[in-house]
Amino acid sequence: MAETTVQEVKKEPFFGKKERALLLDPINDNNPITVQVLGICSALAVTSMVFPSLVMAVAVTLVTALSNLTTSLVRNMIPKQVRMIVQLVIIAALVTVVELSLKYLNYPVYKQLSVYIGLIITNCIVMGRLEAFAMANKPWRSFLDGLGNGLGYGAILLMVAFFREIFGKGSLLAGTPLEIKIIGPTAEFLINTKESMLFGWYVNNNLMVLPTAAMFIIGIFIWIQRGSNKKLIDVS
Amino acid sequence: MDSPRYILTFVFTLTALVALLLTGMRQVTMEKANLNEQIFNKRAILSAVETHLPGGKKVKELSDEEVLNIFNTQMQQIVIDTKGQPIEGVMAENIDMAKERKKPEAEREFPIFVYTEGETTCYIFAVRGNGLWDEIWGNVALESDLNTIAGVAFDHKGETPGLGAEIKDNPAFPRQFIGKQIFDDQGQYVSIKVKKGGAEKGNTHQVDAITGATITSDGVTKMFELGLKNYLPYMEQLKAQQKNDAQGMLIQ
Repeated sequence: MAETTVQEVKKEPFFGKKERALLLDPINDNNPITVQVLGICSALAVTSMVFPSLVMAVAVTLVTALSNLTTSLVRNMIPKQVRMIVQLVIIAALVTVVELSLKYLNYPVYKQLSVYIGLIITNCIVMGRLEAFAMANKPWRSFLDGLGNGLGYGAILLMVAFFREIFGKGSLLAGTPLEIKIIGPTAEFLINTKESMLFGWYVNNNLMVLPTAAMFIIGIFIWIQRGSNKKLIDVS
Repeated sequence: MDSPRYILTFVFTLTALVALLLTGMRQVTMEKANLNEQIFNKRAILSAVETHLPGGKKVKELSDEEVLNIFNTQMQQIVIDTKGQPIEGVMAENIDMAKERKKPEAEREFPIFVYTEGETTCYIFAVRGNGLWDEIWGNVALESDLNTIAGVAFDHKGETPGLGAEIKDNPAFPRQFIGKQIFDDQGQYVSIKVKKGGAEKGNTHQVDAITGATITSDGVTKMFELGLKNYLPYMEQLKAQQKNDAQGMLIQ
């Protein structure tokens, strides 16, 4: 009677091909921003500088990974009728944790990102992954899937921010001790446009500071990706 | 599993757990977070007197301890009412200008920070107004003659980056205010005008506006005029007092 029948489970590798794909696919082939076109709002809004984008990328990655993990752990207990509300509570809790930590660790960045941290709750990537993956998969794989999607989102954010900060402000990583001033009209910059012979014509592009520029840059990224990635070429 | 009872139990348990987690976390982080906020706000006040900081440092270069230290040793805090009378028992750093703006005019309270560094004394006043999209605010530091501007620092809630947000992001904008005067030769209050198309040469009451951000620039003009007006009664009292002191010195 006391004997319990353990179902024979086929041994799955801890980090096999499938796990690898879950982690790496969203970075290129199934990128949440450029392929799934989710999470655009924050990608346009916070990418004017690299450092805030980095913080945002880390925050979203944490939230997607941990909410996927949590949801997957309790997926068999969640009543179908209130499924989405439960997911929302989990996401909101994690976002609040991120918000509190940021207030604790780096208040100026918290101020700079302002509402966008709270708005991670409405980031479609997070809820999309919960519905599409975590509700039907085991915790470890769900965690990897969340991590991968967060990294894919973060990669695009950083690339966009890189171009926007260089051409908009002439600097990189402003707001951190690692700040590099590359091009600008004062002696603080590496290339001083007021004195340089070669770059005397150069002025920072004000458009790059506006969210509109992020839309153009993401558009170009999508174009390049569709053109070069064979898996994305539309066969129909 | 589909029974209402199960659903209710599940939802209640989950909510209770989440609530517990978040309150716990807030309790743990609150103290440091509040301190961070204080330091952030104090840096904003200090950036108005950036030219007079100890050791010629910039606000960015000050450590958190140095910021708190300056506030403890070199900063006197006064809160005044609309008639310029000091109010006892209130710290200027606890005055929230956003809340004061919503009060009826006669009940408003205004913070003053008196900063001393060696021989120099600066009076820092808080101003607040409207930009294009949302509120803008700033700290204005006057030299001890209560006329010449020692420095200003602005911030905003949602002005357009690259346009209106330049009042904060472009250090050249606040720098223009240094040395300008808010009273004319007859001692009349004229404030500072942020002038579209560029300030007239040699005019000590004008600065250049930001190209493409006319409404924010006009907002700064208005904020300056109305904001400093609140402090005029206090300034008059202080000037009268300075005069008395000077006469007293002569007699002695």
